[in-house]
Amino acid sequence: MTAPNSSKTMRTPLARVRSLGASHSGTSDFWRQRVTAVAMTLLIVPVIVVVLMLIGSNQAGAKQIFSSLPIAIIMLLFIVASAWHMKIGMQVVIEDYVHNEKIKLASVMANNFFCTAVALASIYAILKMSSGV
Amino acid sequence: MVEFALPKNSKITGGKVWPKPVGATETREFRVYRWNPDDGKNPGIDTYHIDINDCGPMVLDGLIWIKNHIDPTLTFRRSCREGVCGSCAMNIDGQNTLACTKSMHDVKDGAVKVNPLPHQPVVKDLVPDLTNFYAQYASIEPWLKTTTPTPQREWRQSHEDREKLDGLYECILCACCSTSCPSYWWNSDRFLGPAALLQATRWVKDSRDEATGERLDNLEDPFRLYRCHTIMNCAKACPKGLNPSEAIAELKLKMVERQI
Repeated sequence: MTAPNSSKTMRTPLARVRSLGASHSGTSDFWRQRVTAVAMTLLIVPVIVVVLMLIGSNQAGAKQIFSSLPIAIIMLLFIVASAWHMKIGMQVVIEDYVHNEKIKLASVMANNFFCTAVALASIYAILKMSSGV
Repeated sequence: MVEFALPKNSKITGGKVWPKPVGATETREFRVYRWNPDDGKNPGIDTYHIDINDCGPMVLDGLIWIKNHIDPTLTFRRSCREGVCGSCAMNIDGQNTLACTKSMHDVKDGAVKVNPLPHQPVVKDLVPDLTNFYAQYASIEPWLKTTTPTPQREWRQSHEDREKLDGLYECILCACCSTSCPSYWWNSDRFLGPAALLQATRWVKDSRDEATGERLDNLEDPFRLYRCHTIMNCAKACPKGLNPSEAIAELKLKMVERQI
């Protein structure tokens, strides 16, 4: 077992705990994670209905379904909520388990890029379908 | 820090089986974690048999019996032997609890397995190094902070406000909760852990305290507070029946309340 206080620093335990101080952030992400979770819970039923409607339909049929404004809005809201939720959730996992600062920053950045790309691609697809192009 | 496997020098290898007490009619097997910082060996699990007709019912009684009758080198902390001081917190049968309030007869099936509190450096045998844990407690500044001049008599508090501290003030800082928390295992250098956060809630909710906002400022951090994912091992482990998870949820609610 590691010997106690084997750290290579002579800082006091309190100085190590205080470290760089509180960042005064985190509450916004905490709140947004809950907002997006509730939003997805509310949206999941209509989204399932839309997915069921899409079964067996070709592209023309799909375009017709997505041309309905309420359906397009529901799908857009669902994509925004789920991509945002996915981004926050993955960041939490990274912060939990990745302790190398450089790898952590790179991972958080990659997570942001990925979630933004997924969200924008999905939004583009929905808008394209709903505009009938 | 995340460590999915024990470091080489922490792997448990072997252990001694001590002879059964002579003349005992009824015995109970104890398997106890042993590690001596001075002999350079890896930790081991020693097996003891205690005479239950000559011993009190609690796990701590068993450990004291071992120390008195079999192996005086066995090292553990204990003081009050009645669940008040929190010294004898250890992992018994896979659960963090107090050895003095855990009956050995409640451990079903086979041996009573005793280990130090998980994921802390070990000083010797069942004694963990809680330096970081205590520093985290100090960091929440667990004392009444006021700006108003101290009154001639005591700081007054209504019965209703005093009741808000129930379920918080009873914490004895035994560290059972924090050392049972996976978030604390992975991030104990930055996450304050359930015990310190429960204590922080105790001061945030104290009607006499005038530093509530500063206290919340000091806690608002993705690591200090928001590493808690409501896993609730803390509530399951607490030998005093407290719910640190709920206390942390109250802190998070206050954080949201002052922003929205």
